[in-house]
Amino acid sequence: MLLVNTHIMSPNNASDLHQVSDRLAYNAMRNWKERLIEAVLLAAATVSVLTTLGIVYVLVSESISFFASVSIVDFLTDTQWTPLFDDAHFGIMVLISGTLTSSFVALAVAIPMGTIIAIYLSEFADSRVREIAKPILELLGGIPTIVFGYFALLVVTPILQFFIPSLPGFSLLSAGLVMGIMIVPYIASLSEDAMRAVPMSMREGSYAMGATKLYTAIHVVVPAAISGLAASYILGISRAVGETMILAVAAGMQPNLTFNPMEPAATITSFIVQVALGDLPHGSIGYQTIFAAGLTLLMITLVFNILGLWLRAKFRENY
Amino acid sequence: MKPLTTEEIRAVIAKGKFYDNLFKAVGVFCLAFALLVIVALIADMVIKGSERFTLDFFFNFASRRATEAGILSAWVGSLLVMLVTAMAAVPLGVAAGLYLEEYAKRNLLTNIIEVNITNLAAVPSIVYGLLALGIFVYQFGFGQSILSAGLTLALLILPIIIVSTREAIRAIPAMIREGSMAVGATRWQTCRFHIIPYAMPGILTGVIIGLARAIGETAPIITIGALTFIAFLPPVPFSAADAGTTAGLFDWLLSPFTVMPIQIFNWTSRPDPAFEVNAAAAGFVLMVMVLSMNAVAIYLRYQMRKKIKW
Repeated sequence: MLLVNTHIMSPNNASDLHQVSDRLAYNAMRNWKERLIEAVLLAAATVSVLTTLGIVYVLVSESISFFASVSIVDFLTDTQWTPLFDDAHFGIMVLISGTLTSSFVALAVAIPMGTIIAIYLSEFADSRVREIAKPILELLGGIPTIVFGYFALLVVTPILQFFIPSLPGFSLLSAGLVMGIMIVPYIASLSEDAMRAVPMSMREGSYAMGATKLYTAIHVVVPAAISGLAASYILGISRAVGETMILAVAAGMQPNLTFNPMEPAATITSFIVQVALGDLPHGSIGYQTIFAAGLTLLMITLVFNILGLWLRAKFRENY
Repeated sequence: MKPLTTEEIRAVIAKGKFYDNLFKAVGVFCLAFALLVIVALIADMVIKGSERFTLDFFFNFASRRATEAGILSAWVGSLLVMLVTAMAAVPLGVAAGLYLEEYAKRNLLTNIIEVNITNLAAVPSIVYGLLALGIFVYQFGFGQSILSAGLTLALLILPIIIVSTREAIRAIPAMIREGSMAVGATRWQTCRFHIIPYAMPGILTGVIIGLARAIGETAPIITIGALTFIAFLPPVPFSAADAGTTAGLFDWLLSPFTVMPIQIFNWTSRPDPAFEVNAAAAGFVLMVMVLSMNAVAIYLRYQMRKKIKW
């Protein structure tokens, strides 16, 4: 094809034949270069897969050494967590209780507030309010968690102590509340996207039947967007369970098997921080503990994410 | 059913309107509360930290005495770590996004990569710290260095950069590619001279948002074992080191370091209230860094939306 083209373009003589072979050689090079570039780009894309494999490899291999010295039954049923003491106990329940309690407090704030803001922005607010509100929410979501930790310990805790004098200086309550505020933007923005994707005709149908805006929002728009809302809640749960610095700063770091938010307690994440701050030798049982804790954390987020996928599949509505 | 009288219908309408307005008020209240938290946060740090906003604070090392302590090693550390993060994450993220949008065929590998990127975004940041502790610090032997920290944060923000690159590329209409190919450009030439330049503002927005996230991350960096008390700077290339040798061009990469969030954590967790002032001042500096980066990104996106009309 190419030969023919060249032939048409130039008269048939020796020097031009030479040029043709040159051009073919150039084209072959071009092909080779294209393939090389594609391979390089593919390699870059596989880095994300390698990251996942790396995470699984590191967590599982260190956990296997950990479970060689601690039985899985003890790990799951022991009610004490004292991995760095002479009388070592490894009951992960203790850390899970802290994680679940603080996450529960956070979600009790974030889910109602985030959903209300999302409904307000998508169904009630005019576009001018939305243009201002969305960047503000984005800024709130961009504040570093260590700054929120500082805020929880040195601002929110004293305010709470004014109302509840018995509240200790470190508590799951104060950390959880601030964590909730941190998660509001994620839930609000994802839920709003989901509700805005509901076709206008459904709202119009509802209005035409005489329904009010609020009735339409709650009985038409929210049910239609429920799979998106569920996804945003799941993301909120993942953020709450994996949040580290707010809890490390404001919830204290002593292991405490409790579901009472008024008490200080360690979570899976704050325990990892506590160990990392010390100077544990590579390969010791204390060092392996944080990987076992990390694996537990990853499993919990994985369970919630699978649950989220299932919810989305079950409640997905197509228009 | 008995028909309603006019008064009763009016009452129903009034009730509906009342609940509508009540909900509006609740919505505005929630938004105002979120805004109030930002304002309170900033105001508290400005008021508490105001006495530390001196030049000395920016050019002093950490110290045992609160009034003499500064953030020099912290902001230099943050800057260098961000440099490593950007150098690693930007080429990788843009290349991956480009591959997935312009080259990838629909096959198993592409599907795995896509599902993977979505899942990685939900992995808690501290888990990246554990990954880095196992792989970068011990397996690769980078130690508790600027290089380890930079690479860790690069992996953390890679999904953000990939997703924004893909969105930017997807917004470019197919006619641009067709035009370029019609005049004989190869796929790479199309990408190099058309796709990447046109997607640049979108990519840049993603990069800035990613870096703003990275600069505030604390947990993964603590996990790889960054020190909390550093009273020196990483070696400047070719500066005189001890015993008559000079530092190499890349020696700073393997130097121990601290970053802004870790400095704040350190000061916040001390019982002495004098350090609270330092924490507030450093927190404000970090907030200014993060919020200005976010503001630039939001502005860029806004400009982009206004300008581009294909």
